[in-house]
Amino acid sequence: MESRHSINSLTTINNAQLYGLVILRVIVGWHILYEGVAKLINPYWSSAAFLLDSKWIFSGLAKAIVSNPALLTISDYVNVWGLTIIGFCLMLGVFSRYACIGGMVLISLYYLFSPPLLGLEYSRPGEGSYLIVNKNLIEIFALYILYLFPTSHKIGLDRVLQTKLNLKGLS
Amino acid sequence: MSNEPPHDQNVQRRDFIKALATVPVFGFFLANLWLKLKKDALKRKNLLVDLVQEKKPPTVIKNLSNGKHLNIGIIGYGGRGSHLVRGAGFATRGWTDYAYKANQENSLNKAYPTFMSQDDLNCSLVGVCDLFDVNADLGIDASKNDVGPGGTPKYSAKKYKNHHEMLENDDIDAVIIATPDHWHSKIVVDAVKSGKHVYCEKGLTRTFQEALDIHDAVKETGMILQLGHQNRQVEANDKAKEIIDQGLLGPVNLVELTTNRNSQWGAWVWNIHKDANSKTIDWETFQEPSPNKIRFGPDALKRYFRWRCWYDYGTGLSGDLFSHDYDQLNQIMGMGIPKYASASGGIYFYKDGRDVPDVWHVTLEYPDRDMTVLYSATLSSNNSRGNRIMGHDATMILGGQSNAGGVGGFSVEADRESTQYRERIEKGIINTKYPIYNYSPGSKQIDGVTSATSQYFANKGLLYAYRDGKRVDPTHLHIKDWLDCIREGRQPKCNVDVAFEEAVTCAMATESYLTGRRVEWDPIKRRLV
Repeated sequence: MESRHSINSLTTINNAQLYGLVILRVIVGWHILYEGVAKLINPYWSSAAFLLDSKWIFSGLAKAIVSNPALLTISDYVNVWGLTIIGFCLMLGVFSRYACIGGMVLISLYYLFSPPLLGLEYSRPGEGSYLIVNKNLIEIFALYILYLFPTSHKIGLDRVLQTKLNLKGLS
Repeated sequence: MSNEPPHDQNVQRRDFIKALATVPVFGFFLANLWLKLKKDALKRKNLLVDLVQEKKPPTVIKNLSNGKHLNIGIIGYGGRGSHLVRGAGFATRGWTDYAYKANQENSLNKAYPTFMSQDDLNCSLVGVCDLFDVNADLGIDASKNDVGPGGTPKYSAKKYKNHHEMLENDDIDAVIIATPDHWHSKIVVDAVKSGKHVYCEKGLTRTFQEALDIHDAVKETGMILQLGHQNRQVEANDKAKEIIDQGLLGPVNLVELTTNRNSQWGAWVWNIHKDANSKTIDWETFQEPSPNKIRFGPDALKRYFRWRCWYDYGTGLSGDLFSHDYDQLNQIMGMGIPKYASASGGIYFYKDGRDVPDVWHVTLEYPDRDMTVLYSATLSSNNSRGNRIMGHDATMILGGQSNAGGVGGFSVEADRESTQYRERIEKGIINTKYPIYNYSPGSKQIDGVTSATSQYFANKGLLYAYRDGKRVDPTHLHIKDWLDCIREGRQPKCNVDVAFEEAVTCAMATESYLTGRRVEWDPIKRRLV
């Protein structure tokens, strides 16, 4: 008989669906983790170049961040460590629903600071062709799916953490 | 959620395996990250980053200005003169209000905070001399403005009708000369002979003879002369010098210097002030040293405000822009005066009555150093070509195309036929498609450089310099260097010796263009052949 996994109070999924979701979680996590680590190990990285090229509703805010050294430093830290921690959590399945929310917020900011809308021209060279939908938007919704269909309590460290928390009667 | 009873060992083991199921993937990630870091480290180790012996960037020595309070005068308070005086700490109320507002409206416009965070140079602007009354009054205004890095000025300025009267004032220690070029030599010689130290804007002179006059007068009197090539304060040039001194480019036989501009302003078609007329402008004094004289009228006004367009007052591209690029190269490679100079060009775009070329090229030959320096300029295309120092092993690209931060940075690219790097290129450690060294000062700092002309100067490293990662105006550093040297009796960075080299080189190029022949420098008899 095929095994079913309950991933929330209403949904059960089969093995293939579970593994598919876990793989999605791990590769999205991998991508986000490396985005963070790559910035962490590059001493010259700064969010300034991205922010300076910002268009649309948040361009004013972006300019304000760039022109204030303290805000820019905070922005750099939030990006580097936010991405690293979120990626780590998704890969290993620790607090992964919170990681999904954090990831959606962060990547939504990237999208909103420079959306590929009609009439907006960016000076950064793009690595693909996008019209309104870009990879950031797709990743946001991938994270949304992972949030709706959590898997880390089945495959991931949350499984152990949850058992431990259950034993202590904290859950 | 998890319904398995915790006491069942098998279930516990399965729980454990499922909990850690993605850990191997994380391990795989770390293993790949480690491999990548190792590969990057190996690459970096073999790139110039580690070949270059790192030196700490120069720091501004703060306490020198605590010495004697210096009284300075400005002769020629026009566009450049007002910038120089700002470098000394004095701006008009109009400028500080405007710059403050501009910074409030656009926080990326940093002219105001950059000005206000300049060092207090412990000097006063006590004399202003300008042949246009409106400018002279602005200079007086600047001397009184208490909005500045030094607060309320100790003394304010007196207006002088001409430079002779100003030089008679014994309270003045030093003068800044920012008149058109045809007046430079006369005022410099008069100034040093009356015991004043001099900061003179570039190009130093209009003719070869004037260069000799200035050199000899400054040497005889022992006064301190600083020529206005503020690139001498840009640390990217010092870094470039270190790299070349270490032989990392290999033998260099060709250097290409370029200028690209494409605007009316960039071609010296400057505004004629609405209040300019025969009453507010002393035209006769203005044209006193010029070879050709004309009566005051609309043509005279054009010549007064757009003087760079005529050989009567300046040397066009030679003194204005070639002098900058030559001096940068002289700073980096210690070129000195070439043996031969040949120039050509023409008035191909701005057929507006000017007599200086708008497309112009110079070839400088240095047979003793096995080197040619090419300079090529156009005022009708912005296709910025950058400056290239081409070695057998690597090429250094400064400004323009280098994209190394866009603010006076540079990059170095290995040559695929290099001898020095052959092994590294064969092993794939050096990829000749990518720079092996990049210097981008203040890459984490953001500059709101807007206009095309500002961008031109920023690319050439003439707008900003960096000290301890902080952005400073190199003009301020250059003025500070001059005042520090006056107090200490030292020679400044663009002293009379290098100023003479600049002036003679520019004069050779100008003479070659005007006579249509190759001009030779005879260093023994100190003459042009």
